[in-house]
Amino acid sequence: MSDSVDTAAVSVATGQTGTVVRSTVMRRLLKNPLGIAALLILGTIALLAILAPVLAPFEENFANISKTLAAPDFTNILGTDSAGRDNWSRLLFGAQLTLLSALLCAGVAIAIGLPAGLIAGYYAGKFEAVSNWIVSILMSLPGLIVLLTIRAAFGPSVWISMIAFGILISPSYFRLTRAAVQSVRNELYVDAARVSGLSDLSIIARHIFSVVRAPIIIQTAAIAGVAIAIQSGLEFLGLGDPTKATWGVMLSEGFKNVYLTPTLLLWPALAMALTIGGLVLLGNAIRDALEDGEKIKHRKKRAAVSATGAATAGTRTTAEPAKARQSRKAVAAVESGTEHHLVKVTGLGVGYPQADGSIKKVVDDVSFHVDRGEILGIVGESGSGKSQTAFSILGLLPDNARIVAGSIQFDGHYTVAPEDEKVSQERLTKLRGKRISYIPQEPMSNLDPAFTIGYQLVTPMVRVLGISKAEARQRALKLLTDVGIVNPERTFDAYPHEVSGGMAQRVLIAGAISCEPDLVIADEPTTALDVTVQADVLDLLRELQQRLNIGVVLVTHNFGVVADLCDRVAVMQNGRLVEEGTVREILRNPKEKYTQTLLGSMLEGKEPMTMLVSPPEGPVAHGETAHHATAEKEPVA
Amino acid sequence: MSTPAASQHTPPLLSVENLVVEYPSKKFRAKPFRALTDINITIGQGETLGLVGESGSGKTTLGRAVLGLAPVTQGKVIFEGNDISNASRRERRTLSRDLQVVFQDPYTSLNPALEIGDILAEPLAVQGLDKETARKRVKELLDQVGLPSDAVHRLPREFSGGQRQRVAIARALALSPKLIVCDEPVSALDLSTQARVLDLFLQIQKDTGVSYLFVSHDLDVVRHISHRVAVMFRGEIVEQGPAETVTRNPEHPYTQRLLLASPVPDPDRQEQRRADRHRLLEQQRQQTEQAGAAA
Repeated sequence: MSDSVDTAAVSVATGQTGTVVRSTVMRRLLKNPLGIAALLILGTIALLAILAPVLAPFEENFANISKTLAAPDFTNILGTDSAGRDNWSRLLFGAQLTLLSALLCAGVAIAIGLPAGLIAGYYAGKFEAVSNWIVSILMSLPGLIVLLTIRAAFGPSVWISMIAFGILISPSYFRLTRAAVQSVRNELYVDAARVSGLSDLSIIARHIFSVVRAPIIIQTAAIAGVAIAIQSGLEFLGLGDPTKATWGVMLSEGFKNVYLTPTLLLWPALAMALTIGGLVLLGNAIRDALEDGEKIKHRKKRAAVSATGAATAGTRTTAEPAKARQSRKAVAAVESGTEHHLVKVTGLGVGYPQADGSIKKVVDDVSFHVDRGEILGIVGESGSGKSQTAFSILGLLPDNARIVAGSIQFDGHYTVAPEDEKVSQERLTKLRGKRISYIPQEPMSNLDPAFTIGYQLVTPMVRVLGISKAEARQRALKLLTDVGIVNPERTFDAYPHEVSGGMAQRVLIAGAISCEPDLVIADEPTTALDVTVQADVLDLLRELQQRLNIGVVLVTHNFGVVADLCDRVAVMQNGRLVEEGTVREILRNPKEKYTQTLLGSMLEGKEPMTMLVSPPEGPVAHGETAHHATAEKEPVA
Repeated sequence: MSTPAASQHTPPLLSVENLVVEYPSKKFRAKPFRALTDINITIGQGETLGLVGESGSGKTTLGRAVLGLAPVTQGKVIFEGNDISNASRRERRTLSRDLQVVFQDPYTSLNPALEIGDILAEPLAVQGLDKETARKRVKELLDQVGLPSDAVHRLPREFSGGQRQRVAIARALALSPKLIVCDEPVSALDLSTQARVLDLFLQIQKDTGVSYLFVSHDLDVVRHISHRVAVMFRGEIVEQGPAETVTRNPEHPYTQRLLLASPVPDPDRQEQRRADRHRLLEQQRQQTEQAGAAA
């Protein structure tokens, strides 16, 4: 039953697969050699079982007393047992009974566990509480002893014991289903269906059941295997129905005669091993097929940029980028006189190798520089490559990313030399955390929930600055005061979940400046915050930047934030640098059409209730915005 | 059910009266969590009420209470003269013709396993439309929101955020509702996409006369699309009135702070706004101190 835990995990992860995805899952299953093997084995055994009456030369209990424990020959191809019964025939009829009883067990377990799990997961409340109690009781019962008791009370029936075992094992379905349903119960599309007036039954059938289906199939494969093992185990102990041929009864028979005819033991054992192994392999293959789908899902969630190479890690690039690098060499060589720039990015190109050997460029020929005490804003929409550019400076690109062109220098030294294909981790490890630091977008997900805020501030300082813990603690408290936290001691001892989002972002800013960096890379540092909190954080950033005279690269999509903080702005689109200039130039007199479009989309200063972009049909509603009219430019992901 | 309000000449499409929403606490016998306190709003025919506030202010809960997705503890939600605060599922089904929703996150508001055509046909099927009529209507809807008609057989994941939000809007429009609750429908979108989706909302209102309850955290968005604006703070409405007044000359200290906190895209004007904001904060701090001293 330990399977129920990780299959439940799968079900949560694959919570969004469903009907249409299933066809690809099937295809992926058939591409997997393990999947094909499992299906072949199970298919053959099932076929043999179905055709048992035709294929078997003898009745299951037909005994030829004169021919006991015979070796294989033409009439009894697998020999006979101690009562002179044909092993091959008994194996076939045994398959029938064994498989059917396993199905019965799984069927009973599903019939109880699935509806109960659906109801408990969807409605929660009292039903869930009560059924949880029942499930806990069922799970605490010692299964084998219950089965022995039932055998004693109701006699040696395979069916009764399998029904009982089905009931005992139903909690695994219940828990699996409930977990899967809970993960989608509050999805917005379920809410939308409720608003549409769909009945609960239709919502469950249409939107919820599809989520449960795949994990149930996996679980059933595992449960059927367990059922066969348990049932055979009972019969092996001699508790089965001796008048029925099953693999367990055969096993018991073989064991009694193990010194006379060891092969008697072999056939039922082989049949069981193949069936159970086939079921386990099938379950694994289905799980693998589903997990592949999961990867694709992740891909689309991230910005289109970072995603593309995810599946093709390790594909080596071809000669193309090398050539591109050579042509850049001349540019990179002219470096004297640029040492005073804190950061200088020259002709940077970042790409992800594709399955077909080509490289998808997400940053293309980007050049800019940042001086000490200067704030450069990089503005763009999602997929513009702005974060990828920032991560190249930090050296935090995904493993499969390639620097296909250009160079990055920090304080007169290359972190990415013109020849390099990757960011030199060796060179950057010395800088990161000390001279270059990072403020992320999501404050909460960038603090480890398992450690106190104080611990997370102190540890890097001890490592990087080589100061004592006590000294680092003093420093951390001072930093927390500096970033405007009223009660630094309390925050120092708090866990991340105990502070608000704005507070967490202040903590991260404190962490970023704790080792007195020269450059701070801030990736959308205020996007996840409320406007009033954003204003406070912007004030804080400005004050710290001026006081410490650090260079800042601020990645953002918000022109208001740019106007508030930045000295210079670089506008990016589709991986290219569209325009760069001082903040006044860019915001007041943008030269490029794209920048104009972006600024034109700002709502500030617009006449309310008027069209911002010219409508798809009909006249332009607002003359002023006419030049912002662009074709629908939402790329299909 | 209940009779329409006779005292008014044109009763509002939606009116929420003294609404309280409480969520039972997880802890045994603990006091329930009060998400909304004494909410009063009205929305007329073809009118947009903007609802602005920060995270946790209860603005989303108010939208959900109107839709019947949040429990109404006290007070009334009156739609076209009928109290719908505790409508049954059957009544909701009738109501869904007139009352629809567009959610914030276009990635989770569409079932990833269903084709766009099926998603759009769902509300139609609930109302008992036959397949052929539904198919025609789906085509109309895609056209109305500016999506290609071959989108019918594609999956949500094949579309960008903006296009998904168009699908969600099309689903809301399917039954030609009278009121659409829009819960942060543009906050997950890029700037230029946001502009186009806002245009679409305005165009639809112009064409169909639908009313919106438009929930957003962005004062600029709310100012742009609303006739009237209500500001929420800690589960209460602290200020409401005509959009221009509330979003340009707010009276409540919180709205004032909110207005001055939102940065403007010009360095010099932003510097001015920043200074104004600091002055306002200082002034409000002194007022609180004085009030504290007086008490």
